Amino acid sequence: MKIVVLVKQVPDTAEERKLDPATGQLDRESTDLVVDEINERALETALRIKDTNKGTEVVAMTMGPDQATQSLRKALSMGADSGVHVVDDSLSGADTGRTAATLAAALRSTGFDVVVAGNESTDGRAGVVPAMIAEHLQLPLLGSLISAEIADDGVRGVRQGEGGTLNVRAGLPAVLTVTERFPEARFPNFKGILTAKRKPVITLSVADLGVAATPSRSVVISTAERPPRAAGRKLIDDGDAASELAEFLVANRLV
Amino acid sequence: MFELTEDQRAVVEMVRDFATTAIAPHAAEWDETKHFPVDVLREAGTLGMGGIYVREEFGGSGLSRTDAALIFEELSKADPTIAAYISIHNMVVWMIDAFGNDEQRAQWVPQLASMEALGSYCLTEPGAGSDAAALSTKAVLDGDSYVLNGTKQFISGAGVSSVYVVMARTADTGSQGITAIVVPADAPGLSFGPNEKKMGWNAQPTRQVIFENVRVPVANRLGEEGTGFGIAMKGLNGGRVNMGACSLGGGQAALEKSIAYLKSRSAFGGPLINQQSLLFDIADMDTELETARTLVLRAADALDRGAPDTVRLCAMAKRVATDAGFNVANKAIQLHGGYGYLSEYGLEKIARDLRVHQILEGSNEIMRLIVGRLAVGA
Repeated sequence: MKIVVLVKQVPDTAEERKLDPATGQLDRESTDLVVDEINERALETALRIKDTNKGTEVVAMTMGPDQATQSLRKALSMGADSGVHVVDDSLSGADTGRTAATLAAALRSTGFDVVVAGNESTDGRAGVVPAMIAEHLQLPLLGSLISAEIADDGVRGVRQGEGGTLNVRAGLPAVLTVTERFPEARFPNFKGILTAKRKPVITLSVADLGVAATPSRSVVISTAERPPRAAGRKLIDDGDAASELAEFLVANRLV
Repeated sequence: MFELTEDQRAVVEMVRDFATTAIAPHAAEWDETKHFPVDVLREAGTLGMGGIYVREEFGGSGLSRTDAALIFEELSKADPTIAAYISIHNMVVWMIDAFGNDEQRAQWVPQLASMEALGSYCLTEPGAGSDAAALSTKAVLDGDSYVLNGTKQFISGAGVSSVYVVMARTADTGSQGITAIVVPADAPGLSFGPNEKKMGWNAQPTRQVIFENVRVPVANRLGEEGTGFGIAMKGLNGGRVNMGACSLGGGQAALEKSIAYLKSRSAFGGPLINQQSLLFDIADMDTELETARTLVLRAADALDRGAPDTVRLCAMAKRVATDAGFNVANKAIQLHGGYGYLSEYGLEKIARDLRVHQILEGSNEIMRLIVGRLAVGA
């Protein structure tokens, strides 16, 4: 079985994340860039299949600038067999639509039985790219799963909905996305780290993929810095603090 | 030598992730309850930390001594005690890998490198510490076995370890009469003293190891008869660099806590860090650690290259780094005032743990003896 895991390099959530006011794009210089944690869980899901079935091939795929190759290296050190890096200057600032069209083309050319992705990234947080990819590829999407079983005859999983859980299944090939309910990823071991650079990484450009060089359909009109944190409001208990607190929570839609 | 390679950065990053998630959150509790976290050591083993600079053939990681120094510093930021035990274990595995024959390596290295089995190093005795060549535990050849009698003192991991590398006397010829013998934990006649109560290093057991007519096959001897003292000292060269690196990690953690504290604590109308004398303290701590780190990496590099001045550099690095680590941790307590004395702030533990690094694997006085004798050609 061939599983492609989509990984995205994002700014470390432990640090302050910034937009570049000139371009409206992510300021990659100001923070450490790491593999999005939810993608590591997606990779772990694929690696567990490989642990029990050695014939499984796990490919890590990313789209991003040159330094995004670091996130492929991390995935390879954890146990992925090979990497695919979609890199092209014309993709800078690509919106979700263009990202999905490009990744769908890369997936078509790479080939797969299953695509595993995170349900949403910690930076963009749109949460739509995997669904768009499934649409481009005319494949079933098993989204926002809290557990999954991947087998040669199909995938099944449990999807968390607002009103309850849904048991979902589909034949192969299929696209599935994992949530934080999936197990944490393993650490790469020393051997994995040292052999990662010997594993193959394919680089694909927009021209290689035959994707139309259309600009993104959505454009950033303006960005604004997050306002500095205002001082909080203190409730002094004169005997009615509880009801005041309850009113505050209701008024701010916090309950 | 001083710029990390891409691989080294990735190794350090992984060890940091592991140490901050699997070790740091539990370090205070393990110290308090004297818990030896064998399960966490096993996990470290699966990541390659059981045989860091052991050849890959039987399961080692095949990394360099420089890599090991970086790894131990990182582990020790989370907990000097656990880092130091892993260092001792690595010394034992390396001795078997470096001085054992292929049968011995095949028998012991795989289980030790994975940390499925733990190792202990048995040199010191109740009556022979710094004067290790005066050790009196005897190994008498009887047919195709050695019969061991005697007691080893201050043995890290004793009672839990599966494999004991024991330096024992096979002839009354001083340091030339010592032989290294591997003793498995299940050998009849092997027993252990009570877990010692101690100032620090509480998350690893320290016990006497007692041999009463313990019989092991001659095939368990590492190298030839009479070469044990040299094997023990070669193991310690690396151990000293690793222990230095462990001191750096503890010291660095104490420095970072101090910087954060001085920035957040206000007195006399502003943050404490605005007091220049305290800023100078931070500068001194940072400089002392960086000086020591430079020497530790230089000694590790000498070990990697088999340089002729390896023994001298390892002794210097051990002395400088273990002094630096303790001094910085002790200073950090002072900078934290009364809070530094509270266990909750984690500083007194660092100082308690690092204090013993100035004593073990050759006390710092013995390091000065080594360096002094080499300097004057005595």
